[in-house]
Amino acid sequence: MFKKLAIGAALALAVAPVASNAAGGGEQHVEDFHFSFEGPFGTYDESQLQRGLQVYTEVCAACHGLRYVPLRDLEALGYSEEQVIAYAAGNFEVFDPELDDFRPAIPTDHFPENNGVGAPDLSLMAKARAGFHGPYGLGINQLFKGMGGAEYIASLLDGYTGKEKEEAGSVLYENTAFPGGWISMAPPLADDQVEYADGHAATVEEMSKDVSAFLMWAAEPKMMDRKNAGFVGVLFLTILSVILYLVNKRLWAPVKGKRH
Amino acid sequence: MSHAEDHEGTRRDFLYYVAGGAGVVATGAAVWPLINQMNPSADVQALSSIRVDVSGVEPGTQLTVKWLGKPVFIRHRTGAEIAEAQEQDAEGTGALPDPLARNANLNADAPATDANRVMPSPEGEAPGAWIVQMGVCTHLGCVPLGDAGDFGGWFCPCHGSHYDLAGRIRKGPAPENLPVPPAEWTDNSTIRLG
Amino acid sequence: MSGIPHDHYEPKTDGEKWLNSRLPIVGLLYDTLMIPTPKNLNWMWIWGIVLTFCLALQIITGIVLVMHYTPHVDLAFASVEHIMRNVNGGYFIRYLHMNGASLFFVAVYIHIFRGLYYGSYKSPREITWIIGMLIYLMMMGTAFMGYVLPWGQMSFWGATVITGLFGAIPFVGDAIQTWLLGGPAVDNATLNRFFSLHYLLPFIIAALVVVHIWAFHTTGNNNPTGVDVRRTSKADAEKDTLPFWPYFVIKDLFALAVILVVFWAIVGFMPNYLGHPDNYIEANPLVTPAHIVPEWYFLPFYAILRAFTGEVWVVQIASFITGGIIDAKFFGVLAMFGAILAMALAPWLDTSSVRSGKYRPMFKWWFYLLVIDFFALMWLGAMPAEEPYATFSLIASAYWFAYFFVILPILGVIEKPQAPPETIEEDFNAHYGKADADATPAE
Repeated sequence: MFKKLAIGAALALAVAPVASNAAGGGEQHVEDFHFSFEGPFGTYDESQLQRGLQVYTEVCAACHGLRYVPLRDLEALGYSEEQVIAYAAGNFEVFDPELDDFRPAIPTDHFPENNGVGAPDLSLMAKARAGFHGPYGLGINQLFKGMGGAEYIASLLDGYTGKEKEEAGSVLYENTAFPGGWISMAPPLADDQVEYADGHAATVEEMSKDVSAFLMWAAEPKMMDRKNAGFVGVLFLTILSVILYLVNKRLWAPVKGKRH
Repeated sequence: MSHAEDHEGTRRDFLYYVAGGAGVVATGAAVWPLINQMNPSADVQALSSIRVDVSGVEPGTQLTVKWLGKPVFIRHRTGAEIAEAQEQDAEGTGALPDPLARNANLNADAPATDANRVMPSPEGEAPGAWIVQMGVCTHLGCVPLGDAGDFGGWFCPCHGSHYDLAGRIRKGPAPENLPVPPAEWTDNSTIRLG
Repeated sequence: MSGIPHDHYEPKTDGEKWLNSRLPIVGLLYDTLMIPTPKNLNWMWIWGIVLTFCLALQIITGIVLVMHYTPHVDLAFASVEHIMRNVNGGYFIRYLHMNGASLFFVAVYIHIFRGLYYGSYKSPREITWIIGMLIYLMMMGTAFMGYVLPWGQMSFWGATVITGLFGAIPFVGDAIQTWLLGGPAVDNATLNRFFSLHYLLPFIIAALVVVHIWAFHTTGNNNPTGVDVRRTSKADAEKDTLPFWPYFVIKDLFALAVILVVFWAIVGFMPNYLGHPDNYIEANPLVTPAHIVPEWYFLPFYAILRAFTGEVWVVQIASFITGGIIDAKFFGVLAMFGAILAMALAPWLDTSSVRSGKYRPMFKWWFYLLVIDFFALMWLGAMPAEEPYATFSLIASAYWFAYFFVILPILGVIEKPQAPPETIEEDFNAHYGKADADATPAE
């Protein structure tokens, strides 16, 4: 009875993420890129995040904001306080209600909003999208390969076929990762569009992966701390389970006779 | 036989102690985050240290900025004011109502000389050109006025406390000199508070 | 009923007597903690402790989150991000609360099915069962309103759809829906009242839990055999039972620790696995997400809600008889709440003279089919409302009702149950052998 229900409970967990059926389109293709932060022990790759920030700053920031991300958090990407101050002041202006005017951004400000062309904010994009959740809505793919938000973004940026069409006065671009297959964002990346400070190859695929990793960090800056706490907790609770198992066995031993 | 029983007993007790200890550790580990979450959050902590660009503060003027919710006076003193402050200093600290510097950058027992009250000057400026202090009267917390009072420094309109050019209390009900916050130059025109 | 005979607290020192004559709280705690418990309880009897833990976890993490959360449509989403990014350890506390709801429902479903299998609902435990169902209903309400608070897209549209159910009630539906929402649509008034109720209901649940425990401490726990503890004398009772402390406390804590290993791994390594990505997009009343799907624990009942469309003959007949008052939408709502009511009525629908399903050869199979049916409904609730899922949903929903209203009553009449053991002691010894005569139980 217990075993049956335990299997049932495991099934329940597996069935649940059908709820994550966000992007249902049949032909939609989300490539399973490898990211360094995947799995229980995965960590962010600092230099990849720095490259991703560069792509965001030079390309994405023109249309997309990051309103929930404080600039001061960039120190977690391995930058010094001075570098963050220079980055903030050099790239962004924010409106200061006390001055009633715009001024250069400082680390305590957030990345600015950007509502210019109606492009969505990217602060949480890597958690607001997901990869393939199937098969049959069972969530098994995500159980083994992760939620797939960063994969989705990278696939989208790397998924333009080059075809375009005009519809109701606006141009749509064919994209293999976008639900429905046609997206209004023009292909934002081209090979060598960004010159990486660390000399890394700037192909569209590499840039897509880098900026996706950066956006995953932007959405979940505490991921490393979280996994640490998870690991310590699991370890401690496992030891506690063993201790309690032994205590329980010992406690009941005099009550239970020997099994025949 | 009795040996076996003893052995059994110790092992059992030991197990129970281990279990109890693990329970205490678990409780502690669970309680600490619940307490710590009430400490200032990262956004609040980030505001505990600010940088102020003072390149536009001409000699003879004062910049008031808000830090930790309170005003901070950053005064760029002229040569005449520096000289006057040093004159005021000549009387010695013994006669002052508050003989201590009240400077967070120095030891608590540093005497209230002008040199102990001012910022170290950046390169190319006369010593004592910059003085940074909290703009909160030590009497009851009003904000004193600049360029006012009997001693050329600050004057608190609430209950008539007079501060000199080094922000030291000279006359009136205030018990202490204006406190000097933690401050340092990050470059020749930027002061970091906190 | 005075309960199973056992030792009671006797104040010894003057201090103890002084306190006991004024506030007999030590005695109350002693009697609760030392309650004689059937010694043959198996591992399905640990979920009560897990549920108690969940309630405590949710209340404690919830109170902490409230210190940083702002219930306002302009600020709610941002304040949750503030918790995730700025508050010390806030991200973990929030993920604990989020996934704690899932653990709560895993535990409550297993707890309920345990009761259904071993006949824990049967006389004299009907009130325990009914209180439990009330707790379950309140849990659903609390979870639903809590899900609205982060003010993401799923929060908003989930609230819109679920409050829409009340709009289906004939004549007064619209008025009730407006009253629930505090306006024509989900908005700031809704968010504020849901916040208030989400904070309040757990404390009512806690009170009901006390009543639930009080009730089954009066009747005594059920056990896998369904055989009652002998109450003829204290000596007889002691042959069938062991005190709750330390035997069952330690056993339950061990089980809880094992469960928490899994729970902690989910919170630490995949906290969003059970969530919905759309809830990381701030609520937008002008754009509906492509697929609105409730949290997994609502899916079985959501499937029943959707199963009864206008094409189903039962719905058509109901509509015809009532002159259209019960339309397909209202029928779905009735079916959904009816499915929960059916469970609550189980004590009176089950006619079998034998309590535990262990000794009911036919019942067992129908019960397992019900478990499968439950998971099927959960899966169907997440699938799009199209063929073949619609037909499957209808069949699965029909079985749910058939189990309670047809199978349970009939089985009691046609089934020939096996004979349960005479006593709990007999069952226990059959499993574990007789304890050595000279060994005394610890403490």
